[in-house]
This record gives sequence, C-alpha cells and structure tokens, in this order.
Amino acid sequence: MYKITAKRELNSAVTMMEVEAPFVARKAKAGQFIIFRIDEKGERIPLTIADYDREKGTVTIIFQKVGLSTIALGKLNVGDYIQDFVGPLGKPTDVEGKHRVAVIGGGVGSAIAYPVAKAFHQAGAIVDGIMGFRNKSIVILEEEFNAACDHVYMMTDDGTYGEKGFVTTKLQELLESGIQYDEVIAIGPIPMMKFVAVTTKPYGIKTVVALNPIMIDGTGMCGGCRVTVDGQTKFACVDGPEFDGHLVDFDELMSRNAVYQEKEHRSTATHMCRFEQMADQAMQTGGAN
Amino acid sequence: MADWYRTHVDEPLEQPESNGIKVAVVGSGPSSLTCASDLAHLGYEVTIFEAFHTPGGVLVYGIPEFRLPKAIVQDEVKKLEQLGVTIMTNMVVGKVLSIDEIMEMGNQAVFIGSGAGLPMFMGIPGEGLAGVYSANEYLTRTNLMKAYLEDYDTPIIDSKAVAVVGGGNVAMDAARCATRLGAEKTYIIYRRGEEELPARREEVEHAKAEGIDFQLLCNPVRILSDEHGRVNGIECIRMELGEPDDSGRRRPVPVEGSNFVLDVDTVIMSLGTSPNPLIRSTTPGLEANRKGCLVVNEDTLETTRSHVYAGGDAVTGAATVILAMGAGKKAAAAIDAALRPKNGDENP
Repeated sequence: MYKITAKRELNSAVTMMEVEAPFVARKAKAGQFIIFRIDEKGERIPLTIADYDREKGTVTIIFQKVGLSTIALGKLNVGDYIQDFVGPLGKPTDVEGKHRVAVIGGGVGSAIAYPVAKAFHQAGAIVDGIMGFRNKSIVILEEEFNAACDHVYMMTDDGTYGEKGFVTTKLQELLESGIQYDEVIAIGPIPMMKFVAVTTKPYGIKTVVALNPIMIDGTGMCGGCRVTVDGQTKFACVDGPEFDGHLVDFDELMSRNAVYQEKEHRSTATHMCRFEQMADQAMQTGGAN
Repeated sequence: MADWYRTHVDEPLEQPESNGIKVAVVGSGPSSLTCASDLAHLGYEVTIFEAFHTPGGVLVYGIPEFRLPKAIVQDEVKKLEQLGVTIMTNMVVGKVLSIDEIMEMGNQAVFIGSGAGLPMFMGIPGEGLAGVYSANEYLTRTNLMKAYLEDYDTPIIDSKAVAVVGGGNVAMDAARCATRLGAEKTYIIYRRGEEELPARREEVEHAKAEGIDFQLLCNPVRILSDEHGRVNGIECIRMELGEPDDSGRRRPVPVEGSNFVLDVDTVIMSLGTSPNPLIRSTTPGLEANRKGCLVVNEDTLETTRSHVYAGGDAVTGAATVILAMGAGKKAAAAIDAALRPKNGDENP
C-alpha cells in the first residue's frame, strides 16, 4: 500500500499527487513511468513520473481524470492509500551532451515535459520550452516551466493566454529564426506529436516523442503497448516510452489506444457505483480505504 | 485427494528454525515457489521479489482458472508465508533493484526464476491493429486482471470470432478462454499438421471437445482491417509438408494461390516468447546464450555469476510448469550445498 502525502488540483481535470514509494523514488529518472492499481479490482494504469524526492522517498504524478481509474484516483485524498504503485519503468530520457533543446508540452503532456525540461537544464543544456493549451483556464505548471527553462513560450489555441496559435506555430518560427537545436522533444496528444515531427523533418532535427500506449505489466511481458517504429514492432514499456518521432506510426497508435473507448464509457457508470460504495464504507468505518 | 486435503485441513505450518542465512528469489512462478519452499523448509530466510501485484507468476496470469483454480495457488503462497518466506510484490528486478543490490541487502544467494519473457509476433501486415493480442496479454487480461468479471475494471474485447495463431499449450488455453468469454467461433491456426501440434494431446482433445475449429496446415499472411483500424479478418494460405527441416520435422511450404479469409474480429498470437532482457542487461557477468536464455551449470543451475542461480523458462525458454518446479528443487539443493554452515553445531 502506498500513501498519498500531498495533493493539488492543477485545473479542473488535472491533479498532482505525491505518493510515498521509496523504492521508486530511489531510482526514478526523467522520462520514466510508474504503474498504479487503485484497488483489488482496478486496472493497471501507467503514469509518467513528474518529480521525485529521494530523501523523502516520494514520487509525484500528474494525471488527467479521463478514465475509470484516473477518475477514481482523483477522488482519493492525502492520507489515503493506493493499492499498487510500481516503478520506475521504461528508459529514462537521454539528456547528456546536448547544447540546446526545445521541449514541447501539449495540455496535460506538459506534466511529462516538465521533468524532461528540468533534467536537460540540470545536464547543462539551453532549454526552450513551448507549452500549448486550448485556453487559459487549463494552463498548468507555468511556474515550474519558467524555473526549468531558459525561455518559455506559452501558446493557446484561442489566444486567451500567451500567444494565439499551436505549439507548432511557435516551433516553426523558432526554427525559421535560425536557432540550432540538437533535439526537439514533444509530449502531448498524438496529433500534436505527429505535427511536431512533421515540422522538424525538413530541418533534419532529431525529434523525440514520449508515447502513452495501453499497457498491463510494464515489463515487456504482454506486448500490449507495442508500437510500430520504422516498420519494426517495439514495446513502449521496455524499448521506450520515448521514440524517434520521425519513425513512429502515429495513426496505428491512435487506433490502438481507442480500442476500449466504448467499453470504458459503459463501465465508468458501473465503476462509479462501486467506488461510491467503497467511499460509503470508508465513511462508516471512520477511515479512508 | 489433494483438493480435499486443501479444503478440509487447515493446520498452520510450523515455521522451521532459522539458520540465519538470507536468500533471495526473483519471480514467484512455479520454479521460484518451489525453490523458496525447499529453502524455507531447510531454515533459510527467503525473500521473494515479484514484479506483478500478486504472486504466482504464470500460475496466476497464464494458466486459466478452469485448468488451475487460483485458490490453489493462493493456498500454496499462504503456506510459504507460514514457513516465514517474505513476499515483496511490485518489485521489478532489473529496474527497482538490481541483482547486485539484492546481494548487498545481505542475501547470500539469489535464484532467478523470472519466466519466459517477451511475446513474439509474426511480422505480417496488420499485427498492430486494434484487436490483435499476444496470448500473454489476452491471458493476463483474463486470468490475472479478471476482465471477464463485471466488477473488475480491466477491459477485454467482446469477440464474436477469434483466431488463435499457434499450436502449443498456451494457444489451447487462449482459445478455450476466448470460447468461455463468449466467442461464437474460435479457430486455431497452425502451419503444420495434427501430428506436429506441440500442445499436449489432452489439451488438443479438450479444445476439440469444446468446438474449437483447427485450421491445420494453414498460415496467416496478413490481418485485415475495418475503417477504424480494427481487425475484421485474417487472410491465410494453405500449407503442405515438404522435406524435413533442421528440427527433423517436415517443413511446411505454402500452396500457391490457396489464400482464403477467415472472418474474425480478434487475433491472438501464440508464437512463443523470447527471454526478458531486464535482468541480464543490468547484471554484469551474467551470461546468456544466443537466444537470450541464461547460461547455467546443468548440475547446480548456478549462472556465470557466483551464488546467482537460475531456473525455469528464464533458462530453458518456454517449457512446462513441471520442468520449472524441478529446476526450483535442484537449485534449492545446490544453494543449500553451497551455503550450509560447515560447523555442525551451527546447523541444528
């Protein structure tokens, strides 16, 4: 059991949580992820590690409440426990030896881009951060980005905050201005990552994307998280989650990630009943979980 | 008899007197559970490191409930705990801890029973479609995550027609699970003939009795997609047996122009596995063979690292529970021979 030690709502749909998980905190690095299982009947859901504190033995996760398990997780509070929390899994971001990089975060993907930006910065690179959101009300982690980057460009689709436009608008502008990037890292919705890769392609800049396929074990055993990269089958959990954005088959990833969508809509209703029962029981016994 | 004993006799096992020697076991499948049990009976202080949230390995994620009720596995695990074995779940060795770190924690020996590993795919077009599973994934969703029960959250596709590619025991398990999950039609597609089916005869008979359609001398060419990227058929080609190959079995060769399509919405690839590199790639001095299986001394099951032993599928590649249990026993005996206190009065 893993105790929740801090919780903060970043916007109406995105929550930040700090969890006591000393074995994960000991080894965690930017770019890696954990898998949690909320309770005995829960799914195994991967989430990227947003931050860690080796001394306190805690790991921070940031998640969007979109599915069954993330909605349920969002209902837990400080002092509550998560049944399972395993990691760090996947390969860390390769941050060494880069002079200047652009780190792009789209929406909740900014939560994953943040530790990557921070790690590049600590490794001595000049970091340009580009953050993209639909509108002002869902902007997250701006302060954190400001601290981790040399320059931060804030973009909103509707222009209600920062500059109006997509992250690729800004990226194109920076590339045209002649800035030489050793690497561009894009983390966000699949279409955004796809278009970042399209934008950098003519410039021949190495472009890394962090993928979030459906997975179960996170150790290579099930193969559910496989993605096609350069025509080859790769497992995101052990070969990734970061891959060369110019070689990833994004369309296939998108359809694979949509496979349980209808089922999810149906089961969210069932699940919420179960979760409310649990909450009721917890109230009656006087303790959460 | 064993079942009766299990449900009617519930006397806690007496914990043997500890010899104070710590030994670690990686994984909690059949080889690891056997090794841990033997060592615990001999007085060793055993800690099991399991990557999943539940101990049991292939016994809980792979083998279906109808072949091995999970209550039996839980019972065996409970007995180990009564013997004083500590089980740590969510410990992916190679990631959370390395073998060296486990030794530094005071363990005098480590047994690696990390299992078979990464599922293989054919490399044919359409394997990335939604609705294509490895047998490992399909069985894990069903058996470990209990996707078939309404109140468990893990989803699985509601298949109408399923093609399982492969002819081993795991393929039979996957096909029989698919039928139980409600598929109206389930095929086994295997490129050689009935005689060559690698599954145990009994498993094949059970599958046939349950109405599974064996498409033998048949090989998939590509998996077909609907407009949403989901499986809606599998194109196969008929095969015939030609000259014997390296394995001595007659090599299947495609019959030109015999292509046909099976109308399925789910494909399960059951083609075997390749060993998981997580441990060998993080343990200096631990050698593996060309296939990635750990190299061991056949008599002691000691690896190329001193006091590090290995057994089960991690060494042999995908094999049986019985063989894995045998390896666990053999390694436990070798570990005891290597670590047993030499001074008689220290060893009651």
